[in-house]
Amino acid sequence: MQPDARDTGTATATATQPTQPTQPTSPRTPADLDNAAAIAAAAAARRRRRAVVWAVRLAAVVVWLVSWEVSATYWIDPFNYSKPTAIWHRLIDWFTKGTSAGSIWTQIATTLQEAVFGFVLGAILGVVLGILLGRSRFLSDVCAPFIKAANAVPRIVLASLFVIWFGLGLSSKIATALVLVFFAVFFNAFQGAREVDRNLVNNARILGASRTQVLTSIVVPSATSWILASLHAAFGFALIGAVVGEYTGADKGLGLLIATAQGSFDAAGIYAGMIITTVIALLAEWLLTGLENRLLRWRPPVAGGDAQL
Amino acid sequence: MTDDPVISLRSATKRFRGATGIHTAVHDLTLDVRPGEFLAVVGPTGCGKSTTLSLVSGLEPASAGEVLVRGAPVRGIPAGVGYMFQQDAILPWRSVLDNVAAGPRWRGAAKAEARERARGWVRRVGLGGFEGYYPHQLSGGMRKRVALAQTLVNEPEMLLMDEPFSALDVQTRGLMQDELLRLWAGTGAAVIFVTHDLEEAISLADRVIVMTTAPATVKASFDIPLSRPRNVEEVRLTAAFLDIYREVWDSLREEVARSRAQGTGQGVDHAA
Repeated sequence: MQPDARDTGTATATATQPTQPTQPTSPRTPADLDNAAAIAAAAAARRRRRAVVWAVRLAAVVVWLVSWEVSATYWIDPFNYSKPTAIWHRLIDWFTKGTSAGSIWTQIATTLQEAVFGFVLGAILGVVLGILLGRSRFLSDVCAPFIKAANAVPRIVLASLFVIWFGLGLSSKIATALVLVFFAVFFNAFQGAREVDRNLVNNARILGASRTQVLTSIVVPSATSWILASLHAAFGFALIGAVVGEYTGADKGLGLLIATAQGSFDAAGIYAGMIITTVIALLAEWLLTGLENRLLRWRPPVAGGDAQL
Repeated sequence: MTDDPVISLRSATKRFRGATGIHTAVHDLTLDVRPGEFLAVVGPTGCGKSTTLSLVSGLEPASAGEVLVRGAPVRGIPAGVGYMFQQDAILPWRSVLDNVAAGPRWRGAAKAEARERARGWVRRVGLGGFEGYYPHQLSGGMRKRVALAQTLVNEPEMLLMDEPFSALDVQTRGLMQDELLRLWAGTGAAVIFVTHDLEEAISLADRVIVMTTAPATVKASFDIPLSRPRNVEEVRLTAAFLDIYREVWDSLREEVARSRAQGTGQGVDHAA
């Protein structure tokens, strides 16, 4: 039985391509060529637009850096505000001669290690507890006030506590990062698990899914888009946790570099530390976006995806 | 055909606690469905037709009375039940083939076997070639075909359908109704088909039940003496069809009027 043209004909354009047995592919008609020309023109317009966007971005950065450099040279005090060339020299210095705390790569590796451990542990904990509480009315009723209270604690302050508990090494920073990541992920996983479409769950139960199967094949995939959205912000939090932890007390890491720079009124050093942290965060963001796109291939493409930030 | 009912409700009542107090959706409902019988249930919008299906499927327990499937009281979801929901309930993150294979997989079939069975059903509902597509790439009618295949691949003995085609445009709906009859003809499954569209009910069913305005209970039952196999679009034009339509509509009309007076619904589609 062939799908009836009336029915399948309303499928989106992408869906109708491979099977249209009722319509043999005809040789190219003038209309097809017109179409091809229109598509090519649209692609060229898109490319032009993208080039303009990049040019304006670049111009904005250049204007900003040049005006900073010029004003720091002639009007404002570079001791307080530093200037782009000084920051650049500091970065070169760090990468070629090393920092006050040793090789720059050691510092980056330390911070990265703390952030990644904190991120992974915090995310796992957040996802598991979020889904558990999201699916259990009883547990969420019991835990709600505690979670709210814990969320209201200024968590950065915990970094001081963790230094006392776990010492100056990696674990105190991992703990700080973990706490920051946990809450970001937990609330999203909780919401995601709670907002699972009842129809999907009922349908799965009728089709024969057990409780565990409903959890693994309905609840977890439904919550995945919520969880992935939170992971973007969460890696930023992990870095913040690691840097703040190091800032509070450490013998290695980017946070230590920034703290040392602050101690010696070295504004350029603070900026240099910030820039390295930012680059790491952007790289992680890029990796996470790749992961998200892979896991969420089933989602319809977002209209006007170009305009997304 | 044995006459032991495969589904029977005995004075079944279902109450919900709502914002404005206790709401009785179904009251003292007694109903039998024979094996292989195609039963359509019509009634004013919001009268509790869907609740009847959730009682039979075991998704909701009855507040009072009995719901029996194959003579045994319903506790949890009875074996051999298939349920097609009004809204899309297929998994958006699974391809057409994996959606259809879901039931057998959950019931313990090996992956290869589940996919093999699924492939057969995907073809039978007319979606051959679309196995790898995700639901968002399909039209509403095609998604209904996926849902139909997903339900039928489990070879249900009882098929519960809750206004499954109400969201479709008129042409696609007619097409899906024919498709349903064609696929059902081979299965011998008993069907309870809930709809507010009287034309749809008569053209599909062996028997049509009219329900009262909420709380719902059976008002009248009409046998439909139209021969099978039927073509739903052609059968609608026959004199026999119009006679039955008039008869059932006379009974339904009062309920629709009462429902309007209560302000609980917009009545039924009356297209004749």
